[in-house]
Amino acid sequence: MMEDRNIKIVMDSDGIDRCLTRIAYEILEKNKGKDNLVLVGIRTGGVYLAERLQKKLSGIETGKIPLGILDITLYRDDISTSNKKPRLGKTKIPFSLDNKKVVLVDDVLFTGRTIRAAMDALIDFGRPKMIQLAVLIDRGHRELPIRADFVGKNLPSSLWEAVSVNLVEKNGVDEVVIEEGT
Amino acid sequence: MKLEKKDILGMKDLTVEEINLILETAESFLEISTREIKKVPTLRGKTIINLFYEASTRTRTSFEIAGKRLSADTINISASTSSVVKGETLIDTARNLEAMNPDVIVIRHSAAGAPHLLASLVKQSIINAGDGAHEHPTQALLDMMTIKEKKGKIAGLKVAIVGDIAHSRVARSNIYGLSKMGAQVFLAGPATMLPMDVEQMGVKVYNKLEDAIVGADVVMMLRIQLERQKQNIFPSLREYSQHYCLNRSNIKLAKKDVIVMHPGPINRGVEISPDIADDPSYSVILDQVNKGVAVRMALLYLLTGGNE
Repeated sequence: MMEDRNIKIVMDSDGIDRCLTRIAYEILEKNKGKDNLVLVGIRTGGVYLAERLQKKLSGIETGKIPLGILDITLYRDDISTSNKKPRLGKTKIPFSLDNKKVVLVDDVLFTGRTIRAAMDALIDFGRPKMIQLAVLIDRGHRELPIRADFVGKNLPSSLWEAVSVNLVEKNGVDEVVIEEGT
Repeated sequence: MKLEKKDILGMKDLTVEEINLILETAESFLEISTREIKKVPTLRGKTIINLFYEASTRTRTSFEIAGKRLSADTINISASTSSVVKGETLIDTARNLEAMNPDVIVIRHSAAGAPHLLASLVKQSIINAGDGAHEHPTQALLDMMTIKEKKGKIAGLKVAIVGDIAHSRVARSNIYGLSKMGAQVFLAGPATMLPMDVEQMGVKVYNKLEDAIVGADVVMMLRIQLERQKQNIFPSLREYSQHYCLNRSNIKLAKKDVIVMHPGPINRGVEISPDIADDPSYSVILDQVNKGVAVRMALLYLLTGGNE
């Protein structure tokens, strides 16, 4: 099955780790430290990346940054027209977002529709002072006026390619792969 | 994941996979009711009609809140203030409601099978909110969700259901559902309140409350449904409560960590003593109500969608 598809590994485990280290420093630089900072990972890939960022951030400056988990399914713009029902995951944001600087974390930034949904969800939880976006991969093809503040790697792709971020926590291996569609 | 069914009519028709999907989805919906803004935009533009031919506080409010927290428009119709009093039949009412293009119709009716009739007539999804003494699937689902949360599982548990089994749609739906999920169900009630051949449903039947609740993980007490009893099937409420009221002394027969459930409304001092009903170390009655909103949100979410 794998042979007749064209799969290219564009980032390995070390590459992912270096990206996250850099993003962690960039987050602290842009926000002048970790005061009022919270991380919110978008299910499911973004959650693991946010957990890793949380670890890195507390390694650079002492103290743990609060981490929330967001499932955006209920905010999707295609939920009432599509017949597909994605399995609903739990949202866990056990702290107030009022006046916080929220760093949203996701694995791949593509059309921007997920981020639009995530921002709508966050606003329902409170009034953050600011929302920033950190992604491991920006593959382009935006359909909404959205951009990331922190990008691991810009990966120009064509629409018929699939970009996947595989992580040890869910796939057993750390790698970013690009796969040609059939 | 999506429910393949158009309607939710009873626990009898649901598979274990479907029950698990509903319960897991409901667990994710619990959190929304704890937010300051208790609303998500998911069912914007959908219309839900609550058609209630019988009195209800919990179920109707719960369905209405569930719909509203999903941003659907919910409309309540109670028979006493509708054209039913002018003699309109259920079928005519249904056809007229269908013409207004709702997405889901939730119905409670005193006649067993009324939701099934509706489901065969209209294209909308029908949810049974209780039909006569037949089924009350959303109650069974919220009961199972409560049990799962408190006990961590359903399979292998001993569940005693006590009281007016024959008139109880809650009991019937729970017997179907709990048995499917692998629990052992024990029933107790006076002979006049036990349906004939109920053993065929795979349950153990006792006449004494004490025999049924020995070693139970869960005790579910039922309300005496005076409105459904055609003639007096027991001498007096006082005598009934002497034999079938759950109290401080007989509850000791159950497991130490037993949870006590009741679908409400409770008749204090008849089937359950007030100190047990109000004791948070036993009673999960208000947890049940809390889970009810989440279960109904899950069903509305899983039943509605586009046609693509």
